[in-house]
Amino acid sequence: MSKIIIGRYLPGSTFVYRVDPRAKLLTTFYFIIMIFLATNWQGYLAITIFGLAAVVATGLKAKVFWDGVKPMIWLILFTALMQTFFMAGGTTYWHWWIFTLSSEGIINGIYVFLRFSLIILVSTVMTVTTKPLEIADAMEWILKPLKLFKVNVGMISLVISIALRFVPTLFDQTVKIMNAQRSRGADFNDGGLIKRAKSVVPMLVPLFIDSLEVALDLSTAMESRGYKGSEGRTRYRILTWSKVDLVPLFYCIILTILMVTTRML
Amino acid sequence: MSIKFKNVSYIYNPGSPLEAVGLDDLSFELEEGKFIALVGHTGSGKSTLMQHFNALLKPSSGEIEIAGYKITPETSNKGLKGLRQKVSLVFQFPEAQLFESTVLRDIEYGPKNFGFSDEEAEKVARKWLEKVGLKADVAEKSPFDLSGGQMRRVAIAGVMAYEPDIICLDEPAAGLDPQGRIEMMELFKQYQAEGHTVILVTHNMDDVADYADDVLVMEHGQLIKHDVPREVFKDRDWLFKHHLSEPHSSLFADKLGKAGFVIKQPLTINELADEIAARLKGVPHE
Repeated sequence: MSKIIIGRYLPGSTFVYRVDPRAKLLTTFYFIIMIFLATNWQGYLAITIFGLAAVVATGLKAKVFWDGVKPMIWLILFTALMQTFFMAGGTTYWHWWIFTLSSEGIINGIYVFLRFSLIILVSTVMTVTTKPLEIADAMEWILKPLKLFKVNVGMISLVISIALRFVPTLFDQTVKIMNAQRSRGADFNDGGLIKRAKSVVPMLVPLFIDSLEVALDLSTAMESRGYKGSEGRTRYRILTWSKVDLVPLFYCIILTILMVTTRML
Repeated sequence: MSIKFKNVSYIYNPGSPLEAVGLDDLSFELEEGKFIALVGHTGSGKSTLMQHFNALLKPSSGEIEIAGYKITPETSNKGLKGLRQKVSLVFQFPEAQLFESTVLRDIEYGPKNFGFSDEEAEKVARKWLEKVGLKADVAEKSPFDLSGGQMRRVAIAGVMAYEPDIICLDEPAAGLDPQGRIEMMELFKQYQAEGHTVILVTHNMDDVADYADDVLVMEHGQLIKHDVPREVFKDRDWLFKHHLSEPHSSLFADKLGKAGFVIKQPLTINELADEIAARLKGVPHE
């Protein structure tokens, strides 16, 4: 039985879950652009409050978001520290060789830290409250204008949907093959680099073969059910705008006004 | 020696919203050298239990004693190779684990991992190729050029080649033709008769009736029965309640009984024939 879920979607029922995936995706992009409009502490304060508001609105435990930030924490801290120690300006508190600790540096370090963390937090809000297939649908909708340039958007979205659909299948298969080879004495975490690289072969070969078989089976299954390209197909999941989607719209408008105002301070 | 499970529980994704109980406080003792069947429907925890036998999964709580090893939640992932040489698993559709360029090399993979020399590995590989019923000339072929049934045999040979003391097989005969099924089951029975422990995970109650000495029945991660096949299959209502099927011989006897030809409930086809013959002529079937 598959215990994993695709992506990081966690079931829930707050209104964030009911917002149209297109709105969520666009708001996330918009929010990230807005972060870069912040130039002073008022701006960062406003954007942080808005970011945290989105986090709170999901109704999920803080741990979920901490898990999102955790893998990136060293990169964030490293970048923030670089900013802190290499930037001069304002009052200099300490100086040694090429390192400088100044008031400007500290402030900039904090800004970089906030920027990074907020980007990860709002992306997490979207990925944990939106099913991967909904994200794929939303991406297809956003890509629609490309049809004007003869891009086969339907095909792209089919590829994305199939890829997402098979992530858990391949994951299960990987675990299964690793367990089978471990039972045969394979050790994936032992030895030097070359030994480790070699130990991957007994896992990768079966995985590739399995993926090809799955792909062939799927194409046979699709063709035998009359699939002839995505042109003119109707959809099973139809995205519809609702009143809830006004919330992210107002959220974006108020955020824009605030950000523009803080820049003028 | 025996295999001992003491209050073993396993929790999937502990502490996350996806937390789920895999095994729920299992305690049992299995005698080594027996043919043991593990039954229960999909999702009952059979596969989870199976992966505890060679510590692919470690219990969330409780303690396991197997093949001279003790596995607890604190057991380190290092140094488990010795355990895996003694206790090995054959997963469902094991042909998915083949990867080498030739059949022989694939069978040699396990033995070589467990420290067999090149000559020894080749020797056991050739021996087991024959034992699983394949001709010597497939040895140099690519495993991917074989039929599904042949691939299955190669994969099983690849695990049996290092002759683990305890082998646990998950539906090893699923998808094989009837003849192939009997051949594989006889191979496992013979392996057990030679002094090894065989644990068979199966849905096929005929195999349980024909081969098993001992049966573990799982449901919702719990052990709901541990007994000899005859006792397990005795209570028809209990089996029905737990969505378990009966051996065909027993079903057949039941139909005969309903038609007025009442005989003692048999376990195997041979017993069924004996009972019918005895009832018809008053002489035992032989």
